[in-house]
Amino acid sequence: MTENNVLIRLSAAALAEKLAAGEVTSVEVTQAYLDRIAAVDGGPRGVHAFLHVNTEEALAVAAEVDAIRAAGGAAAEELHELAGVPIAVKDLIVTVGQPTTAGSKILEGWHSPYDATVVKRLRDAKMPILGKTNLDEFAMGSSTEHSAYGPTRNPWDLDRIPGGSGGGSAAAVAAFEAPLALGTDTGGSIRQPGAVTGTVGVKPTYGSVSRYGAIAMASSLDQIGPVSRTVLDSALLHQVIGGHDPHDSTSLPDPLEDLVAAARTGNVDGMKIGIIKELHGEGYQAGVENRFNESLELLKQAGAEIVEVSCPNFKYALGAYYLIMPSEASSNLAKFDGVRYGLRVLPKDAPLTIERVMGATRAAGFGDEVKRRIILGTYALSAGYYDAYYGSAQKVRTLIQRDFEAAFAQADVLISPTAPTTAFKLGEKLNDPLAMYLNDVATIPANMAGVPGLSLPGGLADEDGLPVGIQLLAPARQDARLYRVGAVLESLLEAQWGGPLLDRAPELAASIETQEAK
Amino acid sequence: MAAINRDDVAHLARLAHIEMSAEELDRMAGELAVIVDSVKSVSEAAGDDVPATSHPIPLTNVFREDVVGHTFTAEQSLSGAPDAYEGRFKVPAILDED
Amino acid sequence: MSTDATLSFEEAMEKYDPVLGFEVHVELNTKTKMFSSAPNVFGDEPNTNVNEVDLGMPGVLPVVNKTAIESSIKIGLALNCKIAETCRFARKNYFYPDTPKNFQTSQYDEPIAYDGYLDIELSDGTVFRVEIERAHMEEDAGKLTHMGGSAGRIQGADYSLVDYNRSGVPLVEIVTKPIQGAGSRAPELAKAYVAAVREIVKNLGVSDAKMERGNVRCDANVSLRPHGRERFGIRSETKNVNSLRAVEHAVRYEIQRHAAVLDSGEPVIQETRHWHEDTRSTTSGRAKSDADDYRYFPEPDLVPIVASREWVEELRATLPEPPAERRKRLQADWGYSDLEFRDVVNAGVMDEIEETIAAGATATVARKWWMGEIVGRAKNADVDPGQLGVKPETIVELNKMVEAGKINNKMAAEVLDGVLAGEGTPAEIVEKRGLAVVSDDGPLLEAIDAALAAQPGVADKIRGGKLQAIGAIVGAVMKATRGQADAGRVKELILERLGVEG
Ligand SMILES: [Mg+2]
Ligand SMILES: [Zn+2]
Repeated sequence: MTENNVLIRLSAAALAEKLAAGEVTSVEVTQAYLDRIAAVDGGPRGVHAFLHVNTEEALAVAAEVDAIRAAGGAAAEELHELAGVPIAVKDLIVTVGQPTTAGSKILEGWHSPYDATVVKRLRDAKMPILGKTNLDEFAMGSSTEHSAYGPTRNPWDLDRIPGGSGGGSAAAVAAFEAPLALGTDTGGSIRQPGAVTGTVGVKPTYGSVSRYGAIAMASSLDQIGPVSRTVLDSALLHQVIGGHDPHDSTSLPDPLEDLVAAARTGNVDGMKIGIIKELHGEGYQAGVENRFNESLELLKQAGAEIVEVSCPNFKYALGAYYLIMPSEASSNLAKFDGVRYGLRVLPKDAPLTIERVMGATRAAGFGDEVKRRIILGTYALSAGYYDAYYGSAQKVRTLIQRDFEAAFAQADVLISPTAPTTAFKLGEKLNDPLAMYLNDVATIPANMAGVPGLSLPGGLADEDGLPVGIQLLAPARQDARLYRVGAVLESLLEAQWGGPLLDRAPELAASIETQEAK
Repeated sequence: MAAINRDDVAHLARLAHIEMSAEELDRMAGELAVIVDSVKSVSEAAGDDVPATSHPIPLTNVFREDVVGHTFTAEQSLSGAPDAYEGRFKVPAILDED
Repeated sequence: MSTDATLSFEEAMEKYDPVLGFEVHVELNTKTKMFSSAPNVFGDEPNTNVNEVDLGMPGVLPVVNKTAIESSIKIGLALNCKIAETCRFARKNYFYPDTPKNFQTSQYDEPIAYDGYLDIELSDGTVFRVEIERAHMEEDAGKLTHMGGSAGRIQGADYSLVDYNRSGVPLVEIVTKPIQGAGSRAPELAKAYVAAVREIVKNLGVSDAKMERGNVRCDANVSLRPHGRERFGIRSETKNVNSLRAVEHAVRYEIQRHAAVLDSGEPVIQETRHWHEDTRSTTSGRAKSDADDYRYFPEPDLVPIVASREWVEELRATLPEPPAERRKRLQADWGYSDLEFRDVVNAGVMDEIEETIAAGATATVARKWWMGEIVGRAKNADVDPGQLGVKPETIVELNKMVEAGKINNKMAAEVLDGVLAGEGTPAEIVEKRGLAVVSDDGPLLEAIDAALAAQPGVADKIRGGKLQAIGAIVGAVMKATRGQADAGRVKELILERLGVEG
């Protein structure tokens, strides 16, 4: 393994330690990642996790951190723990100085004049931003195939999907193109890609990370969260981006818990962990079930009590989600009209009126899945249907919250597989929207109720050798519990595997070269 | 619940300001019908006594003090504009309502 | 543009009973926008009083202005409304280029204030109660300017320009219940109602309340039904009627137009109408259509507002004296008779008189100028008196010149015309036009002697103590001097000449 290969395989926590100890510079680390991106991301068989690589700015921030460290003194002391550790940002989150596309043609070439709150916090922590990662257009999808800029490939098997919508962020971390990334999770877009790429992803409690600057899909469901290779790394990043933001009216006023401490002092002894009856078994791949059962066994051995809970209303979650999400999205995406920014397309024939320009712009600028959801949402909100659709879905939300309340009365955390299957083949479900939607069946209830969820690698499925994700869910505002339990399960599993799961992933650069050589 | 047909989709596309070809309307009507059918159980899930939840974590009275913050220059405001003229966004003629 | 048929107002009233309804939009004068911290300022360079929120940039979120909420509650209280314990914002979805998100964030089924009333005093002193259905909060849109085609009209424009400075300015929309029973007083009531709302928000200090700037904008709904019928007719909604006189005229016009439509046996179309000040008529706007499906739903980016009773009472305690009480106080302070005061109110110059007195004029002088000079000029110019552009300071200055004997009242009126024509300050105009009372008594005495000689009978009457007869001589002197003389001085000199004690 080359020196760079060693560097890029370190966890963010380990990198932070080496940076602080002066064993490596941020420029070296950042350059190593940029080199890795150059090696594996491009080309016809590249991972294609990035839509934009932010070389100059990333190196400039890295050099600034190195200079501060070299100078020593108070400024060096005050550097954030993660200062100098690079990060990738999902291209749904606006950044000054880099394009933000949301994976859509309608925003091609658009530069935001303001930074998202989470991006400001990354800048305050002096974390070099490596670039913007690929996603399903406006985060609408579970495979990243709905990106207007082409799909991202799963580093475990380049013919498979990396999950979605945050496939770019998950694949970047899985392919060692970044130690950390930001994702957004509306119905599972952080956790499901985490599951199918063998990475860790966290959807925080709704309102605990500011949404300001995340291009909205469904306002009452969206949440920004960390993507990483270890549970501790997610906690470190969560601690950077979390906490109250006055620009987001739904931002919780609570002070952030010490998530890093929770990840470092993982413990499940005497804890009650609830298996959600409705979120495993029928409809779940056998290999997924097997790995899930193994994890339960390990937790039991570590002193946890496994109980079974029932959430009978979860069966309505997917349907209610596919009413609330498109309804809010249809309104949130109305602003993309060719007037103030982004694409403008003129109608082919006369008359040239603004109405027709809007219609032509949105016809050309949005992809099929986005149009499908806008039309569905427009339908669900339209006169005469509101009560039956949007109104009923909001009631289902209440039922799902009650299910969670009852379940958390019996268990400290809940557990389930993150996704019913491992990564499927590119193109396999592209023309079957309903089959695609089913990927999120286990992740959606958390968004509907606002509770936090974490997905971590649970091993490889027997039948296809692909990663399986284990999902942990905690009550709202109890994100720390996820890290406490996740850290324990992670260490037990890694002990079993003899190292991180990602060590078993195929050597990527080699595989791309071989493919290209063919 | 009423099935969704091509005319419905055409009406919705008009409301949503998305031009659609005849072929697209047909395809969309088919796909939406399937999706709408699969979500219809939702309307029967909850009784009248169940309140709606619009925000997952309830908060109230989140306000901002009336203090002036940052503004853009006209140049910044128009930086992404497809067309502009004399500090303003330029748009093709607006169809009069009458 | 076709002209609609109308019936005479009298005939319309004989046959039909009008039902009115108003939606009045009040722009609040908060320092910042409803949902963003950009300044709420009128008249700056386009697209400079905005930030990412007002432009509807991707990723932005709204945060509610607390002062706007408090102002809205105050308006609700002043309109005798109930204040909702809990209320919310919703999204009203429609595409229009002046609406940056293509939805308006507005209250919908949960307004902050509801079920109020306003007692409106008509010109003859009768009081008419207008019931308020609701007052809800929303945000203003940007401003469109239509270029090319026919002079700024939307019809036939080549393109339009958008300035979002006004985008997000806080609005309170006040909606009445259907107003029945006004009969032929409907146009007058319409004007008086909007005037009352304007007075209230101005008095509260929550709006600049300048109709000419669009701080207060009125949509007027009119329908007619045959006398004695319970069911309402189909209504029209005349948009953006933006002066008090226009409100009166628009309601009158719509009553006449509806009557003609009904007489012809045609149904009235439910539509919006545009008001044209130049022709004092309305034209057809947009008919109600299925595109009016606004797909309202609760704004997911904002959380509910809970107005605790303590908060409401705190705000109630800050309310200024209500307009009706203020009127009573002003009338007493100014010493006007009931009739004088009602004339002032009906002429819509109470605030102006108050400002003039504050600037240093006596109550009598202020009334003399506003009622005697300015109201008439406003009528001729077809504008509200306050919009004529007379500054209180001008009146004070003119009055000082008169009192000092520099000019007389007739000249002062001439100077006022000069000021309104933009010729300069009163002093400059007096100078430029060479207006000054003749102060050398020589020529004046000549004129007096001639007048006394011409009317010996009158001279005898004055000598005999009938001082009121002096007017005839003064008039003759003023005529002879073409108004250049100071009437007071003329009177003195006549008495002197005749040896009579004044
Ligand atoms: Mg209205
Ligand atoms: Zn309104």
